[in-house]
Order: sequence, then C-alpha cells, then structure tokens
Amino acid sequence: MYIYLPIAEVSVNAFLLLGLGGMVGVLSGMFGVGGGFLMTPLLFFIGIPPAVAVATEANQIVASSFSGVLAHFRRKTVDLKMGTVLLVGGLIGAALGVVVFNYLKSLGQVDLLVMLCYVVFLGVIGSLMFVESLRALRKAKRGGAAPAKRRQRGWIHALPFKMRFRTSGLYISVIPPVLVGLCVGVLSAIMGVGGGFIMVPAMIYLLGMPTKVVVGTSLFQIIFVTAFTTMLHATTNYTVDVVLAVLLLVGGVIGAQIGTVIGARMPAEQLRVLLAALVLVVCGKLALDLLLQPAELYSLGNGGGH
Amino acid sequence: MLRSLIAAFCLLCLPVSAAEEQVVLGLSQDRVAITATFDGSELLIFGAIKRETPIPPGPPVEVIVAVAGPSEPVTVRRKERKLGIWVNTDSVLVDLAPSFYAVATSGPLDDILTDTEDLRYRVSIERAIRSVGAAMHIRGAQDFADAVVRIREDENLYSIREATVAVDEQTLFRTSIDMPADLTEGDYTARIFLTRSGEVVSQYETTIDVRKVGLERFLYNMSRQQPVWYGLMSLVIAIAAGWGASTAFRLLRDK
Repeated sequence: MYIYLPIAEVSVNAFLLLGLGGMVGVLSGMFGVGGGFLMTPLLFFIGIPPAVAVATEANQIVASSFSGVLAHFRRKTVDLKMGTVLLVGGLIGAALGVVVFNYLKSLGQVDLLVMLCYVVFLGVIGSLMFVESLRALRKAKRGGAAPAKRRQRGWIHALPFKMRFRTSGLYISVIPPVLVGLCVGVLSAIMGVGGGFIMVPAMIYLLGMPTKVVVGTSLFQIIFVTAFTTMLHATTNYTVDVVLAVLLLVGGVIGAQIGTVIGARMPAEQLRVLLAALVLVVCGKLALDLLLQPAELYSLGNGGGH
Repeated sequence: MLRSLIAAFCLLCLPVSAAEEQVVLGLSQDRVAITATFDGSELLIFGAIKRETPIPPGPPVEVIVAVAGPSEPVTVRRKERKLGIWVNTDSVLVDLAPSFYAVATSGPLDDILTDTEDLRYRVSIERAIRSVGAAMHIRGAQDFADAVVRIREDENLYSIREATVAVDEQTLFRTSIDMPADLTEGDYTARIFLTRSGEVVSQYETTIDVRKVGLERFLYNMSRQQPVWYGLMSLVIAIAAGWGASTAFRLLRDK
C-alpha cells in the first residue's frame, strides 16, 4: 500500500516504513540504543530527502524516548539538576546546529555535511565498539575479571562554577556538562539523532556519573533537545513530516518490544559485536557514496535559494 | 483604408485558416486529487476535430498533446571530485522548468512539427525548459539544462511518447498519459496541437487542477501557514502514538 507523504512529497510503501521502523526498533530494543543514527541513513537510502529525514527523525526520537523517560522517573533514576544543565548546553547547540544546517542548505552542501558527519561518527564509534567488544569476548572466554574502573580526577575538577549534583553524588564545574550538552545539541540538529551514543560514554567517563542514572538523565535531555530541534526545523525549513514520523514510530515501538525479548536471550558481548558490525556496514555504504563517482553528477534543488 | 484592404487580402490568401479545424476536447478528469494513498493517475485525453469544410487535401492531420505541470525555477548542481570525495561545486539556476511534462504525438515529433513551430509553441521537452539567465561563466551551461531533462526522465516526470495518439478518420483522436505518484500540486495545462506538414493549424488549451486533498491538504497547509502549531501538533501526535503503542504492548504482555 503506497502512501503519499504530505511534506516529503514522495510516495512510499507504508509497509516498508513500518518494516524499517520495526527493524530499527528491534535493534534498539536488543542493544538499548535510540536507533536514530541507523534510521536517518536508512531513510536516505529509500529516497526521503535528507532535510526531511533529519527533521522527522528528531520528531520520532522525542516520542520514542518519552515512554523510556517515564519508566526512569518511576525508578527515580533521573538526575534532574544534571539533566537541566545538560539541557541548557543542548538547546544552545541545537540552535547553532540549525543555523549551520540552514546556511549549508542555501549553499547546496547540506547533504554533504550530513553524510560526512555520519561517516565520521559511525566510523569512529563502530570501530571503537568493535575493538572493545572483541576484547571483551576474548576476556569472557578466558574468564578473567575486568579491572575495576577508577574515577577520573584531573583538569575537570580544577574548573570554576562548581555545583552540587545530589542524585549523581557529584560536586563538579558546570562547564563540562554544558559543553557535552552543546555537542549533542549540534549533532541532534545536523544528524537527526538523539545523541545518546555520544552522551552516555561522555557522562560515564568524562563527568564520572554513576551508571544507574546515566540512561534516564540522557533520555531526559534528549527529549527536550530533540523537541526543540523539531520545532526549529518545523518553523524554519518546514521539513517535519508527521505522517512519516507516526509510521516509523508505530513500527519502532512494536519492534522495540520484540527486540528487548531477543536481547535478553543473547549474550551481551556477541550483541555488541553485531551492533558494531552493523554500524560499520552503514558507515561503509555512506562512505562509498561519497568516494565512488556517482552515476548522476547533477542534482536538482528548488530555485528559491538565490 | 489601405491597412484594412491589406488585412482583407491576407485573410483571403490564407490557404487554411486556423479557424477551419478546431479541437473539441474531452478529459477523463479535469482534477487530480492527491490523497494519502495516491499512487499515480492515468489521464485519458480524447477529442474530435470540428470542421465546417471538407477535409483539406494533402498530408493528414497530426495531433500533439502536451501536459505540463507548474513551472518553477530549479537550481542544478554539479558534483566534482574534491579531496577524494564527490561534492557539489558549480550550480546553475534554470529559470523555469515544469515539474511534470509529457508529450504524446500521433507520429515522430520531428516529422510532424517543424523546428520553427516548436520554438514558437515550446512543445518539445528541450524547448519547454527556459534557461535564459544561465550563467555563462560556467563551462557547459547547456549540460545543466540537459541534466534537468535526464533526471526528470528517469523519475518518469518528463516523457515523450511518440505515436501514442490514435487518430481515426482524421477526426477522432485519443491518448492516455500516465502521471506518476510523486506529483507536485498546482495548475497543470493540457495543450493540444493540430499540425499539417509540420505547421500548427490549430491549438487548444485547458487546465487540470492537481491538488492535495483531505488530510494531505490540511497537513501541508498547516506546516506552511502555522509552522509553530504544526510543530507542536507533530510532537503531541508522535508522543501520544509512541506512548499509546508501548502502553498497549505492556498491557498485552502483562495479561
């Protein structure tokens, strides 16, 4: 059944969209990741204009994170104060990101920017994850215990504007969390991702937050930043396609439930190798598109930008 | 006095005046509604040639049907290899290019329409695109206009279908034009030309209204006219859908 998307102005098979949403949902349920970084490139591949894919994906992330953050609120694993500091950075970052996005769109380079961001981030994260999970696999075979992690103490604790975060049990400067939030905000606006895959490691290793509040707090920040991004794209670019978002979302929520069940039955290390391989495949496909001579050297854009 | 004499003389001399053969047209639909499940449309165009006089001798009448979508300026960008990756470099603004263009003819276009007539009425695809202001400093500006035609032909937006208009007894004609799913909305024009020996002897023009309707119309208008409310609505709908689906699933599982 084909469905005409009112904003993207393309006709796409509705079951393909539900299927894509479901597939990414299964993966996000299995691996506990948001899935935006996989969904947006997949939308490029099926012919959704990149600007629409990025803006719509931001909208979808708000919704898919919403039920997650509710669960974390019930378990009281959200550091509201830290979340708010991250959010301040995130909102500034998202605004910057949309300005850059719109400027490059007027130059006709926005596709390149989005693709390059994806290749760089997927490449770096995929390789890190791959190496790390292979090492973990080898260690699991040998049966050795992982060495205990030490809390980082150093330049971060020398910075001014210190603040106490009771839920996380931290007394640190607000500058690093604001900067982390800012980076994630920029990524959210340009790539249409929640940015959890950057923020979670940064919160654990850079800020030294306890693992149990990390996911809830990052979801809290992601909801507001992606909602803000959605609004910015909707008001400046008119590229949020609500029909597309809802179709992806319904598939995604159902897929996530199935994924959680599958994920619980598979060993964690093997799951991570799989996820890393998947990330690298998507990265490779995007990189090839940039490196190989395209079949069509010309592309059309609307003529309003002069 | 002299001028009116010349005018009268000209009228007498005209071998076949345009008024002698006229098109009476029928369309299967004069509006195309883009609904949520729109997946293209087939436009049936049929008609008759009305004459007060017998069929003129000589080569038979030929029919050309051209359906065009609304014309808009298009920015064409060309990729070049920079630092190992392919990036957009040069761009050319094509002043006006129809979003959709289909030509159906009763015979090979080159045979039934002369170049001068093509230039005057802008019938062939190449003539329907206007790139007067194409930047001359860019090498091969014509390549950019060609690219518009090539890309849109690949997307089935531009097409020329020769010998697909059936003409009976030099009087009745019919053809069908496929319109793809990815249509932009607007006023489409259907032009019908009657030609003899490559000269246009009569033309007829009508409008086909292509519009998004229902939900599509509502969402599109809202996103352009009240973007803030549209954005908020998108968020609320998406959150409700996501939360609803996951709650429904949890209830199902807990049962």
